[in-house]
Amino acid sequence: MQVFSIPKSMKENAKFTFCPGCDHGIAVRLVAELLDEMDLKEKTILAASIGCSVFLYDFLDIDSIEAPHGRAMAEATGVKRARPDKFVFTYQGDGDFASIGLAESTHAALRAENLTGICINNTTYGMTGGQHGPTTLIGQKTTTSPMGRFRETYGYPIRIAEHIALCEGTAFSARVALDTVPHINQAKKALRKAFQVQLDGLGYGFVEILSTCPTNWKMTPDEAHERVKNEMIPVFPLGIFKDVTDISE
Amino acid sequence: MAHIIIDETRCKSCFICVGTCPKGLIKKSDKVSKLGDNLVEFKDDKNECLGCAMCATRCPDMAITGVYK
Repeated sequence: MQVFSIPKSMKENAKFTFCPGCDHGIAVRLVAELLDEMDLKEKTILAASIGCSVFLYDFLDIDSIEAPHGRAMAEATGVKRARPDKFVFTYQGDGDFASIGLAESTHAALRAENLTGICINNTTYGMTGGQHGPTTLIGQKTTTSPMGRFRETYGYPIRIAEHIALCEGTAFSARVALDTVPHINQAKKALRKAFQVQLDGLGYGFVEILSTCPTNWKMTPDEAHERVKNEMIPVFPLGIFKDVTDISE
Repeated sequence: MAHIIIDETRCKSCFICVGTCPKGLIKKSDKVSKLGDNLVEFKDDKNECLGCAMCATRCPDMAITGVYK
């Protein structure tokens, strides 16, 4: 019995062009598996972003529209309002979602748009060469902070999932990681919930995914996953920060 | 019989699967990819594979294209 196969929502013979060991591939696969399992492939429109995350439309066999840097949520809002019968989601990096696009992202949540946002947080601008980003850790060396991120000069990294959870219109906000098998399984559950709140018309669903950038971190994939465990998760704690469907409270 | 299928054209030699297999059945191979990096190979002489799919779950390139239980 086959217990694992390539999701049908992937384009035929699509091969990831990400760097070796990059967690983006796992995140894309989880999205593709959910599109299959929730039977959404034919009714999905993706608002693509700028950065390594942009490649999603090369891999997934769905309709997509490209947005200028950071504006994916603004475009997704237009698409969803024009076609409320469609399932609309964005897939963005932390620089796209939380730096240049922070206004668009936050206000989409405040407007309670029926959208799903996925943000890959790898603490750097991956595609452009590993520059200092909004989520760069205190002390982390990047090409534009070669001595490390100083709190005195650059301030603190943004905790995106908590930030989005504070917005009134958010239905679901969670942070997950992809460094271990249990964390990958939790990530899939969170993504399913973020998809479902949109389908149920409850508002904005959001998942922040802690990911690696072995190339720009100048680490092996295993060392990069150690950094996620030892340095990122203590700063960006995993969990669900808002869930309007949770009736346990 | 539980086993996995590895697509060598997708493998980027990150070796995450090598450390993930609970039975240690995936190892670095002497075979090299087009870029000159060592590939991985699945060797299960004693039929130990559980079909748990942990390797496929963690492979970032979907190079493990099938897991059978």
